[in-house]
Parts: sequence; C-alpha cells; structure tokens
Amino acid sequence: MGVGIEVTNLNAWYGANHALQDINLNIPANHATALIGPSGCGKSTFVRCLNRMHETIPGARATGTVRIGDLDIYKDIKPVEIRRRVGMVFQRPNPFPTMSIYDNVAAGLKLNGYSNRHVLDEIVERSLKNSALWDEVKDNLKKESGASLSGGQQQRMCIARALAVDPEVLLMDEPASALDPVSTSKIEDLIFQLKAQYTIVIVTHNMQQAARVAEKTGFFLNGRMVEFDSTDKIFTNPSDKRTEDYITGRFG
Amino acid sequence: MRARIRTLSDGAATGLAVLATVLVVAPLVAIFAYLIYKGASSLSWAFFVETPKPVGEVGGGMANAILGSAILLAVGSLIGVPVGIAGGIFLAEFGRGTKLANAVRFTADVLNGVPSIVMGIAVYSLIVVPQGHFSALSGGVALGIMMVPTVCRTTEEMLLMVPNAVREAALALGVPNWRSVLAITLKTASPGIITGCMLAFARVAGETAPLIFTAFGNVGWNTRLDEPMAALPLQIYVYALSPYDDWHRLAWAGSLVLIVLIVLAVSLVRFVTSRGVLKGAS
Repeated sequence: MGVGIEVTNLNAWYGANHALQDINLNIPANHATALIGPSGCGKSTFVRCLNRMHETIPGARATGTVRIGDLDIYKDIKPVEIRRRVGMVFQRPNPFPTMSIYDNVAAGLKLNGYSNRHVLDEIVERSLKNSALWDEVKDNLKKESGASLSGGQQQRMCIARALAVDPEVLLMDEPASALDPVSTSKIEDLIFQLKAQYTIVIVTHNMQQAARVAEKTGFFLNGRMVEFDSTDKIFTNPSDKRTEDYITGRFG
Repeated sequence: MRARIRTLSDGAATGLAVLATVLVVAPLVAIFAYLIYKGASSLSWAFFVETPKPVGEVGGGMANAILGSAILLAVGSLIGVPVGIAGGIFLAEFGRGTKLANAVRFTADVLNGVPSIVMGIAVYSLIVVPQGHFSALSGGVALGIMMVPTVCRTTEEMLLMVPNAVREAALALGVPNWRSVLAITLKTASPGIITGCMLAFARVAGETAPLIFTAFGNVGWNTRLDEPMAALPLQIYVYALSPYDDWHRLAWAGSLVLIVLIVLAVSLVRFVTSRGVLKGAS
C-alpha cells in the first residue's frame, strides 16, 4: 500500500546554487500528484530529494524534513533502504544494457540478494503485467536484451523494474517526455491503475497529462512552490496570478 | 561548379583515407609475410616438443620456452589484470576528482612510459637480489607491473563511457554503490575492459628486456616459479644474436610461433567472453 509524504522546510543546493527553497507540502497516499512548472524550476530536484538521489550528485545537499509514512528519511534510515521503498522512473528509459528483459526487471531483487527462482519468476511476471508489458515480451523474457525494446516498451520495463522491489511510493520524472503519443497514453493508463497500490508523484511538462492523471497538482517556479491544490482548482481557478499565467501559456 | 569542387574534394578525402589505411596495414602485412616466409620452413614437430640442443648439435626446439612464456604470462596476468582493473574502478567510480586519484592516474601514465628494461632492473633489485637467484616469479611480476597501467587506464576510460543514467537506475533501486559498480557498471563496460587487458597481454607477451634480469632463461624444462624459466622472447633474442645459422632459423620459427600464439590467445578470450557472460551485451 502507498503511504503519504510530508515535506517540511525542504531546501536543496547544487554547490552554491540554491535550487529548492522552503518547500512545504503534503502528498496524499494512494493518489497521483503532479508537479508542473517551467524547466529548471526545481521539480526534478524535488522528487530526487524524496528518495535521496539528490545527494548522489557531487556537491549537492539538502536540509529539512521529509516524512514518508512514519519515517523521517533523512534521519531514521539509510539512503539505500529508502530507495527500496521509494521507486523511481526517469525521464529517459535507462535499461541495464547487458541484461535480458527478465534480468532487468529482477535486477533490484537480485542485486539485493534475493535468489529464489520461483519467487523471482512470479514477481517478474506480476511486475510486467502491472506495467502492461507482459503480453508483448512474455515469449522472449530471457532471450531478448532489455535495450532492444522500443522506447515506450523500455520505459514500461523500467516501471516494472521499479515495481518489482515493491515500493510504497513511485516517483516519475517526466516518464513520457521521450515517448510517442501511443506509448504516452499507455503510461498514463498505467498511472491510473497503479495509484490503487502506490502513492505516485509525477513530474511533467505536459499540463494535459497532469490534468488527466493527477488528483493534486503543485506548481513550481524558480525553486519555490507557488501553489499546491486539487488539480481541478489549479487548472480552472488558480489562486496565484503566476500559476494562472503559466497554465494559460503566458510564460514557460 | 560548386558541386564539381565538392565531388573532387570528397574524392580526395576518400583517397587520403584509403592511403592512410594502406600505410598503417602495409608494415604489419609485410612483417607477417616475412615471418611466415622465414619461419615456416624451420618449423617442425621437434620445435614444439623438444628442448634446445647444445651448440653444435642440429635440431632441437623451444617447447620449454613456449611453456615458460605461458607460465610467465599467466603469473603476469594474475597480477596485472586484477590490480589494473581495481585501480581503474577506483579512478572512475570512487576517487573521481580526488587528489589521490590524480596521483594514481599520473603514476599510471608515467609507469606506462618507463622503458621495459628499467622495469626489469627494478624487479631485479626488489625480488631477485633479496632472493639470491633468478626466478620465474620475478619475471611474472615484471610483466604484471607492465600490464597494470594499460589495464588501469583502459578500465577507467571504459567505465567513464557507461552512461550515468545506468548508475542512477541501479542506485534508485536501492542497490548499494559498490554492488552497482561491480554488477552493473563494470559489466556494462566489460567488452572494452577485456580489449584493454588483451592489449596489455599482447604487449608484454613479446617483451624480452624485463625478463633478462628476472626469469633469465633456461635451456631445460622448468615449471617451478622459484627457478629460472625459459621464455620465447628470451630464446629468440639469444638465438638471433648467435653466430649459428641453425639457431637463426629457430629464432625465426620462434618469432612466428610467438605471434601466432598471441593471436590465438586473444581470439580465444574474445570468443569465450562474447558467448558467455557478455551475451547480448552490445
């Protein structure tokens, strides 16, 4: 089951660049929450702070509190462990190029020491079904390299890979921006189904996409969160002038 | 008019590229052809199964030197490949931008430029003198040290070519960094790293100078690491400098065998690695 995320006074830096300033928000469990805003506004940095991937970049650091479920992820737990609970899907599909489809999906489990074949087989099948890829690849699971799939299939494989470690939260950093419309709509359908089981945070440049998949939407600008509300409200009756300017296409 | 000039310059550029290719390949083909011409006629079954005959007797072979070279190269690879790969991993994955990494990289580059005879003398004073006698072990160590810089720097370069997205994918799954490096990054880069190891191997396989003061050479059979050992390059060196026609012929045959064995060893490794662990890698 998904869990809620509670962010208090989150600040993040890349060296001297203050990329996120005083972010406060509550992301509800088992819903999809969209983050929108112009390029460089800090939304990707924000999601990377939710699984402590931000600090893997040399010179990057973050302060503040992020509670996921009942855990303060910057205090109570090691980065490696929080990343098993908070899955991530990146902007560009990033399969492990030397691995088969099966090994790609099982990678998170295998590399963390699980080796029971039956359990692995089961999880791989379930994850690929959950990411709506199973029917397309089930005959070539171990024969075909993950890198030989099409872009959209690779991205769904990457989603399956993230789901296989059974996370509570799924972070998606512009998961469809490198994909064609058909693949994009498949990913969106998927998000719709997945939020029954996971809390989903999705960064997107595409406002229609935010409107289609998310119950809540946050608008980021210049490292700050300008407005966070129900998606309906943000797109029909935003309370901040800057949000309105952005969604009506006046800038960004 | 414009199009004509373009066509002409295109033709000229292609011509130059072909010419350069021929210039690169021609010496190699010439050497190989000459080796076969000179060496093949002196090859016999005895060459592969007999030890050298004393001066004055006709015949004999280099069987002990072939075995010796194999042992020396095995010892050298056992030292050079792990140390080199570990060093490369440090440079690319853990030490990026640190002073230590810069020092290691600089040392590797300098080591790469150290003449091989100097390497022989260094190992001579480090191992042979304290031990009190020449040994196969010291020869293997000398070859191993010579392999380190090539293996280390290629490993670094190949690891740096692995896209960061692949590292992030592993980290985001909660895989510890060291495990991600070994199981993902290293594996992704392995075809290039293997090429680097093969280059280093082929280079030291033909080295004579570092063995003169270490493995020393041996006219008989030896498989013990603490005793002097024959090696093909050493044997070729001694025979080629001798005043006897029969030995000259054997030196040619030895050179041919050495090159063929190197090619075989490299092809074998390529064959095995391209079907085993790395299936579907490219």
